[in-house]
Amino acid sequence: MILVNSVLTGAVLTGLPTATPSTFETPDVNWAALSPMLIVMGAGLIGMLFEAFLPRGRRHSAQVILAAAGIVVAFVALVVLAVDNRTVTMGGSVVIDGMSLFLIGALLLFGLLGVLTFAEKFGDDRPDAFTPMGASVPGSSYEAAVARAGLATSEVFPLALISLSGMMMFVSAGDLITMFVALEVLSLPLYVLVGLARRRRLLSQEASLKYFLLGAFASAFFLFGAALLYGYAGTTDLAGIAAAIGSPPPGMEPLLIPAILLVLVGLLFKVGAVPFHSWTPDAYQGAPTPVTGFMAAATKAAAFGAMLRFLYVGVESARWDYRYGVAAIAVLTMVVGAVVSVSQTDVKRLLAYSSVAHAGFILVGVLAFSTLGLRGVLFYALAYGLTTIAAFAVVSTVRQNDSEATNLSQWAGLGQRHPVVAGTFAFLLLAFTGIPLTSGFTAKFAAFAPAVESGTLGTVLVVIGVLASAVTAFVYVRIIVLMYFSDTPTDGVTVAEASPLTTAAIAVGTAATLILGVIPGPVLELAERASELLR
Amino acid sequence: MTDLPWLTILMVVPLVGSLVVAILPSAETAKQTALGISLVTLALGVVAAAQFQTGSGEQFQLVEEHSWIPQFGVSYALGVDGIALTLILLALVLTPVCLLAAWNDLEGEAASGRRVQTYFALMLVLVTFMVGVFAATDVFLFYVFFEAMLIPVYFLIGSFGGAHRRYAAIKFLLFSLLGGLIMLVAVIALYFVGPGGSDGFLVSSLTGLDIDASTEKWLFVGFFIAFAIKAPMWPVHTWLPDAASAAKPATAVLLVGVLDKVGTYGMIRFCLQLFPEASAWATPVVITLAVISILYGAMLAIAQTDFMRLIAFTSVSHFGFIVLGIFAMTSVGGGGAALYMVNHGFSTAALFLIVGMLIYRNYGSQQIGDFGGWQRITPGVAGVFLVACLSALSLPGLSTFVSEFLVFVGTYQRYPVAALVALPAVVLASIYALWMYKRSMTGPRPDLGRFVPDLSLREKVVVAPLIIALLGLGFFPKLALDVIDPAVQQTLTHVDVEDVSAPQATSGSER
Repeated sequence: MILVNSVLTGAVLTGLPTATPSTFETPDVNWAALSPMLIVMGAGLIGMLFEAFLPRGRRHSAQVILAAAGIVVAFVALVVLAVDNRTVTMGGSVVIDGMSLFLIGALLLFGLLGVLTFAEKFGDDRPDAFTPMGASVPGSSYEAAVARAGLATSEVFPLALISLSGMMMFVSAGDLITMFVALEVLSLPLYVLVGLARRRRLLSQEASLKYFLLGAFASAFFLFGAALLYGYAGTTDLAGIAAAIGSPPPGMEPLLIPAILLVLVGLLFKVGAVPFHSWTPDAYQGAPTPVTGFMAAATKAAAFGAMLRFLYVGVESARWDYRYGVAAIAVLTMVVGAVVSVSQTDVKRLLAYSSVAHAGFILVGVLAFSTLGLRGVLFYALAYGLTTIAAFAVVSTVRQNDSEATNLSQWAGLGQRHPVVAGTFAFLLLAFTGIPLTSGFTAKFAAFAPAVESGTLGTVLVVIGVLASAVTAFVYVRIIVLMYFSDTPTDGVTVAEASPLTTAAIAVGTAATLILGVIPGPVLELAERASELLR
Repeated sequence: MTDLPWLTILMVVPLVGSLVVAILPSAETAKQTALGISLVTLALGVVAAAQFQTGSGEQFQLVEEHSWIPQFGVSYALGVDGIALTLILLALVLTPVCLLAAWNDLEGEAASGRRVQTYFALMLVLVTFMVGVFAATDVFLFYVFFEAMLIPVYFLIGSFGGAHRRYAAIKFLLFSLLGGLIMLVAVIALYFVGPGGSDGFLVSSLTGLDIDASTEKWLFVGFFIAFAIKAPMWPVHTWLPDAASAAKPATAVLLVGVLDKVGTYGMIRFCLQLFPEASAWATPVVITLAVISILYGAMLAIAQTDFMRLIAFTSVSHFGFIVLGIFAMTSVGGGGAALYMVNHGFSTAALFLIVGMLIYRNYGSQQIGDFGGWQRITPGVAGVFLVACLSALSLPGLSTFVSEFLVFVGTYQRYPVAALVALPAVVLASIYALWMYKRSMTGPRPDLGRFVPDLSLREKVVVAPLIIALLGLGFFPKLALDVIDPAVQQTLTHVDVEDVSAPQATSGSER
C-alpha cells in the first residue's frame, strides 16, 4: 500500500503547480485504465503476505500460481478494460495511450515467460536458479545448514511482480516525478533478484552491488535533471515542459540542454547504452539466468518506453539541440557493443554485449522522431524481448557438473548431441543477427526504415548500424560454428531435462521469433495503431 | 492451367520435400525421396515454362501477387521474364544432377546420426530459395531470399565440407552478409524515393522513377556492392575459392553455378532497370573491374594446384565476362551475358562434378599433382573431363563459345578497347583448361596398385544431361536466346528511356 500511496502523493504534488493554489482538487482517477498495473502490484503484495503466512512447503507452487494468475488477469484487464480507456489520468501523472498499452502488454508477456523460467526446478525440490537463502554468507556453515533444512527462495516471485508493476508505471508516466518513482520501483527488486543466484554466489552478489551502485548514480542523474527541468519549466509534467520549451521562460534557456541530458543519462543507463553500459555484462553474467532473461527483455522495453515518452512528448521541440549528442551515443553503443562482443568467451556476457548493440539499433529508431520510428521501437522491443527470454532460457538448460555451462568452449559440438536445443539456439542467434524470416530482421527493418526516411543523419546511423550488424553476425555465427562444426564435443556437457514451464517459455519465444519474421503484419499493425502518444 | 500459382508450387514442393527427407528414418530412402522430389520439381518447372509466351508484351509472366507486409509496403510478388525463367530451369536441372552426384558423398559416415538426411534436405531447401530469388518481383522479397539462402549454403559448407570448411563457411557468410546489409540500406532508401504505399516495393512501382542524381548513385552503389560480392568480382572475390574448395562438389555446383548468378541477375534486374542513369554513370568503373576480373581470374586459375580452386578462379574470369556483357548495354552483349549465365552453370557443373569423381577415386585428394596419366586408367572419366575442359575454354560447337562470342561482339560495339583488352583471356582459358587436363590425365600410366573403376552408370547419368546441354545449346543457342532476348530488350528499353544520349537503340537490329 505504501507504494500505491506514493503514486497518489506524487500525482497530487505534481498537480499542484498547475492547479489553483488555494483549492485542493482530487485528481480524477480512471481505475479501468490503471487496472492492469494495480492488479500486478496487488498480486505482488499478496505474494508478500504468502511469504509471511503460508507454510514453507506450499509457498513455491502458491507463488508461481499467484504470479502467473496475476499477470494473466492483468492482461485480461488490459484487453477488456484499459484498451477502451485511453486517457490521461491522475492529474497528468499516468498516461494510458497506445504506446503504454502496447508496452504494458509486452511487459506482461515478458513477465509471464519470466515467471515460467523462474519456477524451473530441473527435478530438484527447489527453484534451480536461486539460492535457498539470500542472506547467508557464501560458503558459510549457515548456508550449508539452510540448504540442509530444505529452505527455498520463493520471494523472487513477488519481487518480480513489483518490479513488473514499476515497469508498467514507467512506460505510462506522464510526469518526471512519477517516472522517477516508477524507476525506483522497477529497479530495487531487480537489484535484489540479481544477487540471488544459487551458484557462483560471490559473482552474483558482486553483480548486484555493481548494478545497485551504478543504478543509484543513474537515478541521481535522473533526479537532478528532473529538478533542473522543474526549474526551467515550473512543472515536472511532460506536456507542461513541452509547452515551456515552446515559449521559453526568460533567463532559463541555459538550463534546458543540461537538464535534458541529465535525465537522458538516467534513461540511457537503464537501456544499457554506451558509455553507461558497464553494469550490463557483470549484471547479466552474475544474475540467475532466468532473471537475466527477464531483465534483458523487460527493462529494455520499459526504459525505451519511458525514453520515447520523455523525448517525443516532453522535449521533442528541442531535439535539434541534443540529437547529435544522442546520435553519438547511438553510434558508440552500436560499435562498442558489437566490437566488444567479439572477444567474449562467456555466453551470458556475450549476450549482454549483444544487448548493448541492440540498444544502439533501437536508439537509431528512436532518433527518427516520427510515428514510424515509434512503431519500429515498439516492435523491436517486443521482438527482441521474446527472443532474449527464450535464448537465456536455453542457456539455463545447458549444464556441466550440475551448474550452467556458460563458457563458450563448453558449447562445442552441442549440435551433434542435442540437435533440438542447439537448433533452437542457433535459430535465436540468427534472429539476433537479423537474418530475414526471423523477427530480428523485421525489427531491424522497422527501426531502420524510419531513420533512413528522417534524413542524412538517420541514414548515416543506419549505415553504421548495418556495419555493426555485420560484426555481431560474426559473433553469433561463431557460436553456431562451435555447436555444429566442431568435431570434438566437450565431455560431460548435457542438456538438463526442462520442465514444461521452461519448455513453454522457450517454445513461445521461439515461435514468436519465427512468426514475427514470417507474418509480422498483424503485430506491426498493432504497433502502428499503438504509435500515438497522449499529451 | 495457367491460373495455378506455378512459381509458388515450384517453391513449396521442394520445401515440403526437404522436411519429409529430414525426418525419414533411413538414409537410403531419404536420398531416393530427395531425388524423386527434385525430378518432380523439374517436371513441374518444365510444365510451368511451357506456359511462358515468348511474344508477350508484359515484362513478367506467371505472375502472382499478394500483400505480405503492407505496413512495410511488401508484397509476395512473383513473376519471371526470359532471363529469370532460364535461370530457374538451370537450377531445376542441376539439382537432381547434383543430388545424384552427391549420392555417395557421405559414404562411410552413415552410422553417425542423420547427416545424410540433413545433407539432402538442405540441398532441397536450396531449390526453394533459388526459385524464389529469381522469381521475386518485389525488392524486399528478393532481399529476403537473397539473405535467407545463405543459411543452408553455410551449413552445407560448414557441416559437410573438407578440411577448411569452418573458415570457408564463416568467410562466405560474412562476405555475403556484409554485402547484403549494405544493400539493405539501399533497399530501405529505395522505398522512400519510390511511390510508397502498401505495395511500394514492387519492381514495377520502382521502375522508371525520377530519382535525384546523387541519391540514385548511392542506391546503385549499395546494390552493386552486394551483387559484386555475390557474383563475385575482383577485388571481393576472395571468398569464392575458399568456399568452393572446402565444399563438396555438388554444393560447389549449386553455389557457383546457380547461386552466384543472383549477383549478375541482380545487376540486370535491379541495377540496370531501377537505376539506369547511375548505371550509365558507373559503367566505366564496372567495365574496368570486369576486365580485371576476366584477366586476373584466368591468370590465377593457371597458377592453381588444387582442382576446386582452379575451377573457382575460372568462374571469377567467366563472371567477369558476364558483367562485361551486361554493362556493355547492347542487346547483343546483354543477350550473350544472359546466355552465358546458363552455359556457365552447365560448364561449371560438369567441371566440378567430374573433378569430384576424380577426387573420390583418389581418396579425397584435390591436388592436381596427385593425378597424372589417369586417362589410361579411367578413359571414360577422362573423355567427359576433356569435354568439360573444352567448354571452359569456349570451344566452338559447345554452348559457352556462343555466349562468349556474343559478349565480345556486344562489348566491341560500344567499348572496343575493353573488348580488346579482355581478348587475351581466350588464350589464358586454353592454358588453364588444357594444362589442367594435361597435368591430370596425360602421361604414363600411374602405378596405383589398385583397381580404379571407370564411369559407373550413376555417373554416366550425372554427366549425360550436362554434356547434352552444352552441345545442344552450342548448336541451337536460339532455343535459349528466343526466350532471353525479349527480356534483354525490355531491360535495355528501361535504360534507354532514361538515357537519351546513348545511341544504342539501333544496335538490337544489327544482329
